[in-house]
Amino acid sequence: MRSIGLGFPPVLALGALLALSLAVTAIGIGAVSAETNAPPAAEAPAKADADGGAAPAGDKKTMRLYYLGKEYDEPLPLSYAEEVVTDKGIQGARLMLKEANQAGNFIGYAFEMDEGIVPKEGDVVAKAKEALAAGNRFIIANLEPDDLLAVADLPEAKDAVIMNIRSSATRLRQEECRANVFHVVPDFAMRADALGQYLIWKKWPKWYVLRRDTPEDKDYAAMIKRTAARYGGKVVEDQVYRLPPGARNLDSGHQQVQQQIPLETESAPDHDVVWVVNSDDDFGDYLMYRTSRPRPVVGTQGLQATAWDKSYTESGAMHFQNAIPRLANRKPVERDYTAWLAFRALSDSAMKSGETSPEAVKKYMLSDDFKLEAFKGQALSFRDWDHQMRQPVVLGGGTRVPVSTSPQEGFLHQTNLTDTLGFDKPETKCKF
Amino acid sequence: MIRTCLAAATATALLLAAVPASAATIFVSNEKDNTVTVIDSDTLETIKTVQTARRPRGIVLSPDFKELFVAAGDGDIIDVIDTKTLEVVRTLESGPDPELMAVDSKGDVIYIANEDDSLVTVMDIKSGDVLGEVPVGVEPEGMIVSPDDRYTAATSESTSMAHIIDNKSIKLVGNILVDSRPREAKFTKNGKELWVSSEIGGTISVIDTSDWDNPNNWKPVEKIGFEVAGLRPEQLQPVGMDFNEDHSKLFVPLGPANRVAVIDTKTKEVLNYILVGQRPWHGEFSPDYKKYYVANGLTNDLTVIDVDTLKAEKSVPVGRLPWGVAIMPGKAGE
Repeated sequence: MRSIGLGFPPVLALGALLALSLAVTAIGIGAVSAETNAPPAAEAPAKADADGGAAPAGDKKTMRLYYLGKEYDEPLPLSYAEEVVTDKGIQGARLMLKEANQAGNFIGYAFEMDEGIVPKEGDVVAKAKEALAAGNRFIIANLEPDDLLAVADLPEAKDAVIMNIRSSATRLRQEECRANVFHVVPDFAMRADALGQYLIWKKWPKWYVLRRDTPEDKDYAAMIKRTAARYGGKVVEDQVYRLPPGARNLDSGHQQVQQQIPLETESAPDHDVVWVVNSDDDFGDYLMYRTSRPRPVVGTQGLQATAWDKSYTESGAMHFQNAIPRLANRKPVERDYTAWLAFRALSDSAMKSGETSPEAVKKYMLSDDFKLEAFKGQALSFRDWDHQMRQPVVLGGGTRVPVSTSPQEGFLHQTNLTDTLGFDKPETKCKF
Repeated sequence: MIRTCLAAATATALLLAAVPASAATIFVSNEKDNTVTVIDSDTLETIKTVQTARRPRGIVLSPDFKELFVAAGDGDIIDVIDTKTLEVVRTLESGPDPELMAVDSKGDVIYIANEDDSLVTVMDIKSGDVLGEVPVGVEPEGMIVSPDDRYTAATSESTSMAHIIDNKSIKLVGNILVDSRPREAKFTKNGKELWVSSEIGGTISVIDTSDWDNPNNWKPVEKIGFEVAGLRPEQLQPVGMDFNEDHSKLFVPLGPANRVAVIDTKTKEVLNYILVGQRPWHGEFSPDYKKYYVANGLTNDLTVIDVDTLKAEKSVPVGRLPWGVAIMPGKAGE
């Protein structure tokens, strides 16, 4: 049996971290003093790799990250056959914790992560206060928009760096942007543009939008209209689907669905695709192969615009596709990737800049030097006007191989092609 | 790929006596076809297509050109092809997901990057015994043995480092941070510099190795960037690197830029960009250094570049998703 002997078991690390947060309550994040070689967490990776050319433990610069989450109700998959994933996100962060230490170990850095995930009815703001009081300033936030803003607006979070790995809400990048929040997950504007560019390239400009009416769905639908206006598409109708969710159990559901969907789509004006917006995932998948006219389905089901897809294998992506199952016993989902990416943006900035203070890391992340490698075939970086990570967006979801990656050929931009996706500088409403 | 030793030069001389000056055999690994295409350099015809284990990428010849090692990533094995019979005659238990390899000048030891396990496996070529394993950064890829066989450099793509292994003790003795996604590493002939290509960073780092005894002191001293009018910076992704005979020039396939850059190794200036097929990653010189052959991953062909004129001359079809190129003097089977 081959063993790597790098990193350290998460259980051990967690225990060590608890000990650390008790022992060193007022740790100066910027200071990279010798005190960091005292706790076992900093020593463990060095010991595990004593013959691996590790930097001496005493010289290590330590960066502490905090994973903050809440167990929100998440929509169940439409099919019983599909696994219910309850640990989206954290597994990606845990993977990057291991990988960051693997890298840091060679050049004198140590990374630590505490996990604070409150139950559904728990108080995530109180948890955030606790983490901030313990000296944490790098927060990976798996939070819905209101909770994210409540945490970001805490006075003690002013100098923190908060990474949004979950919410695609456009208001977080626009009117309600925050100077201490960075968004690694694409927003609805980017997703709509990514799909829209492809549909225009295909010469399928007429879109029939069929959606629920949740805040997410309204946000996404508005962005589809924005995309249509930008790229010469047309929303032929914006229809809210009002029927109750189909039975999860298809024993009886089949008949009903088979008759319901053609009825629902036959009165729509002439269209090239059905653009379904169904964040709750309670009817979108029923549309495929059941529409009145034979039309492809895109949106939150069917062909999706996503930061990560189970079919994506380009640019070294198989590393991530293989690494998450080893850790989590399941395939990676988009939020695992965004959590991994958030951690990676922070750890990479620390190692490349040589600094571990929040101010220095933030400065580096917004500089031209920040070029993050993350299996997308090009370096990722942050837009300085709204802190959104610019990135190619994968079009996949319903297929065994990805359909495409946006930006598409022919959609030009004077500085950065990926800035054709989402809010470009001239249209930003963000003021820090 | 490894052709810098005396033994090789002697073998070359012997073989050259028997065949026309330019005769050589070109091997191309086809990642998606699970094959190696064997091409006669005179006719540019395919002599044979050899089946390998799944996902062959890195290919490297033994210094005596008798064996071709093919790293089959999804087969978790290295296929060894006899260059005389063009058959897979044995395999090496490389450990999981081998990607690239390097062989020492004597042909005794092979250094294998195990991409998925973040390991470099050091193996005795004859017996297949594992002599040691060295943990390196995430996704190791580029491998090269120094001209004096003392060190092996391994790049880790995800960790963005060049790791230096002492070949005697089989231990890490240095780690050098470079730009994002380092793909390949090459020592210069005099051993004074280590060059590392960073695919996503879009640069080649030149690392000063003049303090030869202390790899801990090796530092990047220069960075070479690329610029092509009409191409976006993110398309300029250096991957493979091959020095010409006297190391005055470096040929660098640039991936999505669909070009091979030619660098003056003294001035560190880019002299030329040669348009080739789509997504070239790796290439190799002919034994007489008059031609450069580069595999184009997305157009499934091999571009032949004339080294004197720096012009692309021909394109030769190979298998699907061609990846690595290795060349030996003489015709296969002779």
